[in-house]
Amino acid sequence: MSEPGYKIDGKGYWREVIRLTLSLLVIWFAVSYGAGILFRDLLDNLSIGGAPLGFWFAQNGSIYVFVGLIFYYCRAMNRLEKKYGVEG
Amino acid sequence: MGQDFWTYFWVVGTFGTYIAIALWARASSTDDFYVAGHDVHPTVNGMATAADWMSAASFLSMAGLIAFLGYGGSVYLMGWTGGYVLLALLLAPFLREFGKFTVPDFVGDRYYSTTARLIAVICALFVSFTYIAGQMKGVGVAFSGFLGVEFNTGIMVGMGIVFVYAVLGGMKGITYTQVAQYCVLIFAYTVPAVFISLIVTGNPIPQLGFISDVRGEDISMLGKLNTVVTDLGFQEYTQTNKTTFDIFAITGALMFGTAGLPHVIIRFFTVSSAGAARVSAGWALVFIALLYTTAPAVASFARLNFIDTVNESTYIADDADYETEAAAIVAAGGKPTPKWFKDWEKTGLLGIEDKNGDGVIQYRAGDDNEVTKLDRDIFVMANPSIANLPAWVIGLVVAGGLAAALSTAAGLLMVISSSISHDLCRRTLFKDMSDKDELRVARASAAGAVVLAGIMGMNTAKLGFVAQVVAFAFGLAAASLFPVIVLGIFWKRMNREGAIASMLTGLISTFSYIYYFKFVNTDPADWWFGVSPEGIGFLFMFLSLAVGIVVALVTAPPPQDIQDLVEDIRVPGARKSHGIADEGMAPVPAE
Repeated sequence: MSEPGYKIDGKGYWREVIRLTLSLLVIWFAVSYGAGILFRDLLDNLSIGGAPLGFWFAQNGSIYVFVGLIFYYCRAMNRLEKKYGVEG
Repeated sequence: MGQDFWTYFWVVGTFGTYIAIALWARASSTDDFYVAGHDVHPTVNGMATAADWMSAASFLSMAGLIAFLGYGGSVYLMGWTGGYVLLALLLAPFLREFGKFTVPDFVGDRYYSTTARLIAVICALFVSFTYIAGQMKGVGVAFSGFLGVEFNTGIMVGMGIVFVYAVLGGMKGITYTQVAQYCVLIFAYTVPAVFISLIVTGNPIPQLGFISDVRGEDISMLGKLNTVVTDLGFQEYTQTNKTTFDIFAITGALMFGTAGLPHVIIRFFTVSSAGAARVSAGWALVFIALLYTTAPAVASFARLNFIDTVNESTYIADDADYETEAAAIVAAGGKPTPKWFKDWEKTGLLGIEDKNGDGVIQYRAGDDNEVTKLDRDIFVMANPSIANLPAWVIGLVVAGGLAAALSTAAGLLMVISSSISHDLCRRTLFKDMSDKDELRVARASAAGAVVLAGIMGMNTAKLGFVAQVVAFAFGLAAASLFPVIVLGIFWKRMNREGAIASMLTGLISTFSYIYYFKFVNTDPADWWFGVSPEGIGFLFMFLSLAVGIVVALVTAPPPQDIQDLVEDIRVPGARKSHGIADEGMAPVPAE
């Protein structure tokens, strides 16, 4: 916990957490609902290897991005916790 | 060594391991029993979560389902993995920081209401029982199909094994057996996948084979598959006949449902801190992704390979002398029906009818189709024999299917037993119960739940609607549990009245819609906005959120204790006890 007399800026910390969470959720939405569903037909004009890109995002690509998102979130949260002196 | 020997070898060997782990990891307190002492390593918990999550359906049926649905199968792939992003960002770390045992604990204490707790118990029990009956049925099918054991006897053997490690070890025993079960199931899944990828594309990594050319040809694997299936009158593989909106809604219901499923959430109570819960969710998704990115590759290879080898092949009726007859057909310029097809026909998962009497199998869309029975599980089960792998690999796949079913069943049992012993008995009816007594009740209710689940499994053959009701589990979790948990963390103003209204709205609307369109009126033309029962939980989730927010705004804000509690769980390490929020049970601090 914090040193006596030092007050954790909980509100500032939480604001940054919310901003981080929302931006990651935008990516989360974009690769699955966006690339895999809504804009699939458009992306299917491109291809990765031999697979139509939109189809590939729906069946493989989005999952890779999901994994990356969570680990990025962990790192960014650790940084935030350090910045605000919050015990993680 | 014969096939039976190897199947017994793997099944008995893995079951023995699970029991040995159970004896080693016994629970001595309620803390051990419900949350494995809060000290499971994040990576270990990630692996256990992956096994907990991947059920008999993921292991046996999903690839086959995708093979038939093509692009339409994407809803399962995105839905059942994307939910982990929501878990990691919106739920798991905060619920760990909250520091209690169950999902109804959070709902009951955050909303200072026994009514809210009981509604959450009803949701948790309903979701878990729906799911567990299917797992037990999977165990029975694996035993009766491969070991020649009676369906009901198979379920009883499975029940016996789960009984030992769930009742003795609780969450602690379950955690470490799930780790072993994950290893068995992922090995059993990927080994045949590597070989079938080599056969079809020449690339040993299925995820790369998926985007490669067909071996020895200058055409992409998916491109060829599209041509081949459309030539036979099927839908193009990379397309679907579902509407975009329905695909969107089903994916949403599965994603938000995944994040709201109690047996997944409670796994994150077993780690030491909020930070550990975040990392653990990442590892869980890594371990899940290993199977979930392999499955669509296996699906497309299997479909292509099936058409290549079975369609237009000359059927050999007498398999006593298969080799010579096959050689004669090849010499005459024909293609013999493969040996594995003949072998799997005996299990009843495959069946043919030579409608035009030409002795050759025609696989088509429509009435001329001569493959009259093609069970979706065949594509995973038959993979090792399609790839000509030795008998021990086939035995391993059976053990893998059992591992997937048992690990999921155990996680669900924990939800059922803790709902009864902790939420119903200790927190509602007998508030001054001692820890020892609660542990006894927890073991007894786990035992009771195992038996009940087994009986349900035995009767599913008669009921026959297990697949239908799985839609209930995800829809209800998405529409009733997810909104109150997220609002409870991210909106301090959310109060008891709003929570109760929100859960009831989600529960009643989703249940009625699914029940009506699954059992009363099954005509898709009448679906609201063209959304199937599988996807409706997504729409009703927004309804449930809206109702919760409106009701909360017109009623009194939550007490100061509760608002302080919400501030605490947002900041790691800040959790303190707060009057009415914690008077029933003190929070377990992070270490």
